[in-house]
Amino acid sequence: MRTPLRPLARILPARLRGENTDRIEAENIRQRHEEMRDRMRVRAKSRLLFVGVLFLAGFSVVGARMTVLASSEAVEPQASASSAAIVAQRSNIVDRQGRVLATNLITNSLYAQPQLMIEPERAAKALVGIFPDLDEKRLLKDFTGTRKFLWVKRKISPEQQQAVHEIGDPGLLFGPREMRLYPNGRLAPHVLGGASFGREGVHSAEVIGTAGVERKFDDFLRDPALEGAPLRLSIDMTIQSAMRRVLYGGMKLMNAKAATAVLMKVETGEVVSMVSLPDFDPNTRPREAHKGDPSESPLFNRSVQGVYELGSTFKVFAAAQALELGLVNPNTVLDTKGPMVWGKHKIRDFNDHGDTLSVTDVIVESSNIGTARMALNIGAARQKAFLKALGFFDPTKVELVEAPGAKPLLPKKWSELHTMTISYGHGIAASPLHLAAGYATMVGGGTLVKPTLLKVDEVAPGPRIISERTSAQIREMLGAVVERGTASFAKDTGYRIGGKTGTADKPKRAGGGYYKDKVIATFASAFPIEDPEYVLVVTLDEPSENSGDKPRRTAGWTAVPVAAEIIQRTAPLLGIRPIEPATPTGVTAVKFE
Amino acid sequence: MRGLLFGAFALVVMGLAYWAYFENYKTQEALRSASALQREIGSSRETLAVLQAEWAYLNRPERLADLAALNFERLQLQPITRNQFGALKQVGYPLPEFNIDELLGSVEVRGQIESTEVEGDRP
Repeated sequence: MRTPLRPLARILPARLRGENTDRIEAENIRQRHEEMRDRMRVRAKSRLLFVGVLFLAGFSVVGARMTVLASSEAVEPQASASSAAIVAQRSNIVDRQGRVLATNLITNSLYAQPQLMIEPERAAKALVGIFPDLDEKRLLKDFTGTRKFLWVKRKISPEQQQAVHEIGDPGLLFGPREMRLYPNGRLAPHVLGGASFGREGVHSAEVIGTAGVERKFDDFLRDPALEGAPLRLSIDMTIQSAMRRVLYGGMKLMNAKAATAVLMKVETGEVVSMVSLPDFDPNTRPREAHKGDPSESPLFNRSVQGVYELGSTFKVFAAAQALELGLVNPNTVLDTKGPMVWGKHKIRDFNDHGDTLSVTDVIVESSNIGTARMALNIGAARQKAFLKALGFFDPTKVELVEAPGAKPLLPKKWSELHTMTISYGHGIAASPLHLAAGYATMVGGGTLVKPTLLKVDEVAPGPRIISERTSAQIREMLGAVVERGTASFAKDTGYRIGGKTGTADKPKRAGGGYYKDKVIATFASAFPIEDPEYVLVVTLDEPSENSGDKPRRTAGWTAVPVAAEIIQRTAPLLGIRPIEPATPTGVTAVKFE
Repeated sequence: MRGLLFGAFALVVMGLAYWAYFENYKTQEALRSASALQREIGSSRETLAVLQAEWAYLNRPERLADLAALNFERLQLQPITRNQFGALKQVGYPLPEFNIDELLGSVEVRGQIESTEVEGDRP
């Protein structure tokens, strides 16, 4: 309803009185404006209040949600259909073809809560009946004492679990356990190492690696982000099995105390097979022996941890360096008249090779004197640098937790006499794996090869150590050693093998000289020698071949036949063509998987 | 008019409430079946792992070698040697289809070929 600006009820009498009506109008307008202002204020207030309440409600909701989130337990969103499957807590380890070397198995552990037990005596007696290795008195003491909790057995089989169930004591309880299983037993225990339980709870236990790759790759194997992706090693199960078998037989046949062999791919440095005997079953890994020589233990990985003077196999490095430096060529004639006198020391050869030999023949006949003469020409500084570049000064970088501990033994002072003895492998001690990597470098074109236990498809060539030409000359020399030299037992294997023997007297453990009748016999070889694909190093500890009148201990009689047998056995498995196939009666097509 | 609008609105709200109610139960059902499936996947994986371990255990080289030795009379399995490798020329490829005698117009001879050493121009 419209109200006039000028209220007639007041204006008409005022007009009659002759007053100014404008004042009345102004006052009226003022009053009206005041009313309007009051109304507006009330409305604004209520709006402010409304917005305030809205904000308060909003913040309360946020605050309440935060409190709930902070105080409640986290629950995985069920709706998101991720691959949230229960994966084993530790990844598998597989060989280069994906065959399982280490996996997990769910078993149970047995624990006791004595306060819940009804008949501790009967339970203890029955338990000893199931597990003969338990001590009844000890169990009874634990069951009747003040203990509230004790582990009885860490891992039990389903049959044992059933038997314990049948005792029927409520104080005997089971907890699930994930157990590390090595299905192949003694196949490659030194590579795999072993695993044991870390922190233990009733419902689960941590499985941790204790040695070998299990320990080295512990973090990788336990990384849940990888969702159980297996660790793929360079080891080939078939080859490893064949090599272990042959080496074991060879060790027995040659009356050796121990043996080790490393088979390495020349191109990539992958260790296809690594055996160290005596060995052990990683499923029941024996305890570390605290007394005695650790190198006598079956846990000792001779191919990586064992540093030995590897004898004449080192001559190849001296020859390679002399060739590389241009000091000699394969036909250079060296003075090998013995004995070579140096100060008060005399250097002799195993056999007398006459007054002179060519460089090739120095290697073929394995002449210490000839090699020492080359080393003298090379000089201590350059020899040192060469061996350092080849990796003989540092532990191998192979992926085993034991590797960094196996540092080669070097002379403290590198005198000229040392230069000479080191040139034929005395006075320097390295592991067979070092030697394998060194030979792979020598025969594989001259670029440095680094040993690895992981499967790799391609490796960028390492720094160049010797030229392609020198490498070819070395290959020829190694071939000649087998063809007409000290390793002639490896001749008729059907494969062109090249290699160098090495027989080193064993140093006495107490110090002070060498044993007369104990040797380390080594054969470092490559096959097929024209274009080597694999390097094989076989080392026998204290071998002695007794078929003749007197025991023969040289590598040519001991390590070479074993290595030749290994090559005959593994080369067909590796798919390497023999030189000239025997004339078979019928050829059948065979597909290799 | 306004009353009708309110009525319609109320009906829509009620309808939506019913829909939300059933949807809630359907979701819970789906979640339950999802977690059941995941449990099943988990236990299947566990079984798979056990079976794989068993497979690996039963196929360990040592056991296979022993089995091969045990069943040698029947299977005659031996380690592979270099003698099992042959040269390509030793493979007896089937002879070409066409009859070369007809092309050359020569006389047909039947019999056995003593030597299989054929050099050169075979396709």
